[in-house]
Amino acid sequence: MVRTDTTLEEERTTAGTSVDGSPGTRASAAPGGVVDAEASVRLTVIKPASRIPRLQIDELWHYRELLWTLVWRDVAVRYKQTFLGVAWAILVPAFTALVYVIVFGKFANFPAGSTPYPSLVVAGVLPMQYFASALSLASLSLLSNLQLVTKVYFPRTLLPLGGVCVPLVDFVVGLPVLVFLIWKYDTWPSGLETLTAPLWILLAVVTVFGISLFLAAINVRYRDVKYMIPVILQVLPLLSGVMFAVDQIPAKWQWILAFNPMTSVIAGWRWAVLDAAQPNMGQVAIGVAVAVALFFVGLATFRSSEPTFADTI
Amino acid sequence: MAIAIEVDSLSKRYRLGQYQAAYGTLRETLVHAGRRLTRKEHHRPTAEIWALRDVSFDVPVGQVLGVIGRNGAGKSTLLKVLTRIAAPTSGRAEIRGRVGSLLEVGTGFNQELTGRENVYLNGAILGMKRREIEARFDDIVEFSGVEQFIDTPVKRYSSGMYVRLAFAVAAHLEPEILFVDEVLSVGDAEFQRRCLGRMEELANTGRTVVFVSHALPAVAQLCDRVIWINGGHAVDDGRPADVIANYLHQTHSAGTERVWPEESAPGNDLAKILAVRVRSHEGMPPGVMDVRRPIAAEISFKVLRKGKPLFPKIKVLDQEGAVAFNALDTDERWLEQTPPGEYVATAWIPGNLLNEGSAIVEVAICSLDFPKLEHHAAVYEAVSFEVLDPGEGDTARGRFGGQWRGVVRPLLEWTVEEAQLPK
Repeated sequence: MVRTDTTLEEERTTAGTSVDGSPGTRASAAPGGVVDAEASVRLTVIKPASRIPRLQIDELWHYRELLWTLVWRDVAVRYKQTFLGVAWAILVPAFTALVYVIVFGKFANFPAGSTPYPSLVVAGVLPMQYFASALSLASLSLLSNLQLVTKVYFPRTLLPLGGVCVPLVDFVVGLPVLVFLIWKYDTWPSGLETLTAPLWILLAVVTVFGISLFLAAINVRYRDVKYMIPVILQVLPLLSGVMFAVDQIPAKWQWILAFNPMTSVIAGWRWAVLDAAQPNMGQVAIGVAVAVALFFVGLATFRSSEPTFADTI
Repeated sequence: MAIAIEVDSLSKRYRLGQYQAAYGTLRETLVHAGRRLTRKEHHRPTAEIWALRDVSFDVPVGQVLGVIGRNGAGKSTLLKVLTRIAAPTSGRAEIRGRVGSLLEVGTGFNQELTGRENVYLNGAILGMKRREIEARFDDIVEFSGVEQFIDTPVKRYSSGMYVRLAFAVAAHLEPEILFVDEVLSVGDAEFQRRCLGRMEELANTGRTVVFVSHALPAVAQLCDRVIWINGGHAVDDGRPADVIANYLHQTHSAGTERVWPEESAPGNDLAKILAVRVRSHEGMPPGVMDVRRPIAAEISFKVLRKGKPLFPKIKVLDQEGAVAFNALDTDERWLEQTPPGEYVATAWIPGNLLNEGSAIVEVAICSLDFPKLEHHAAVYEAVSFEVLDPGEGDTARGRFGGQWRGVVRPLLEWTVEEAQLPK
């Protein structure tokens, strides 16, 4: 009987001492000369998970097609078997904004600064709506793709990453509502600050990705996340200046709200597209720092529990 | 010699409570043990299971490796670690080449999407590039036989169509290294046949295949080499027939021999059975029989006094308890009243008669008291053995490696004439 160097009870303490059995001396048929010829053989190394959290950009890049496919799947399925279809991407922010305009604009007289109140609200609602969808989708992504997590390998970060990409489609589809209001109140942006618009959305993406990585990892073991998300989403609009202009409230409160990156996202986005007042860059710096910190905390949490996802979920 | 997979001291530990799927009663036992410890010690102890412990092996390019073992022995854990679904606790493995895995067909199929969309989705999940899927799309659809419904959401599919489409995608995966887990245990016979056929095809084109299965005949048939995992260790590694034989020998329960001292031997005042055994086949572990060779079942019995014409009888049952056959010794010597003395009767069960799997032998010493057979001494489930097909293609199953039903499996003689077609 042919045996390889299978160790039974004996424990090997250091790697690399296994040459004793001269692995691979066994003759076996390898038909065709398909061996060795190519240098492009993909090498996969399997070893215990490292303790240092990395995003593994190279690995994500290798799996980019899968990311797009997963995003495409979620987009394709999102409005299937609905009567109004993708119109919901316009109706949801429009309706929310309408309620805000009536309640907070008309009755409560929230401060809007120089900007027409409906524009102010819609410019706040759109990023907030994106944040809300992305947070729910990405935080629950591991669980909603349970079958994939337990059956196929790919970098798990792909799932929350896909989750934060999908609602960008809704965001883009909802933009005409804002454009309509800009046209109606004739508040076309004039300066170069318009070019910063994508950066504010990027800040929202980074923020929600960080939080989602954290919550998705927690959700694998504790299903409490499902109940936390609505709470976060109910409070957050109030703390992000969705229905008021942040520069109109007392400075002390402005600095407190600055710790919420979404405050900077919304203020910056209004500045970029509505010609609103420029946000205080010191406050923005705080928001960016918090977003980056959230991202690394989320990534570290996700990475450190990732090896046990399939065992725990 | 190029190595496709190099596994070095791979270990995986599960902390109990962390892994709740399997290990039902064992887990409870260990949790109990853990609680007892808690009372003594103040820190919370963690009950652990090493699902894999120091497993090392190399797989050369082009080899078809089978992994066998009981449920919970660690074979699925090994596959999960090698396919990177779960990370090992220690050790290292290197895999050289593009990996594909068939852990379940239809992974990631989305009910709302159409057949066409699911082909792209599933293909991407299984690791195919978009242009590869595009290139093979027509083949996949043709292979699945659901052309008509390719633009219908799969939730409207029958389960048969669903599985066919899912398998068609998986079958067009062309990895250099393929991992297969128990896919054969699902689906109908036709489906199993196709799975095996596809694996054989891949193996024949020089791909490396790691096949984890309970289906021993399929393993014997397809693999060049088998590793037996038990308790997280690789306890045997070698030629399929040898490893499977050792595995069967180890796991099978009743013995191949039973001997009684005369005073407690089963029987009445006329006859007693002293021993029952099945003779081992040369070159096979005890209790494991080559399906092609005759099996000798031996009954030692003692006739205490002259009284009746006695004769030995055996009955063979399969693992489900279905009776394969009964047989008496019809020799003329048993027609006379049997003189006292000790006898050893051997029943020869022909080769190529019993099907693979466990067989149970019952024996009796009988006399004919019309209309019934009177049992003077009898032992039910006296001995058992395992029948193994070494998978060399010269048995009734030919080159087929899938499930083979039937209590018996005779090798028939076939005659074939070419029919003359009318001109």
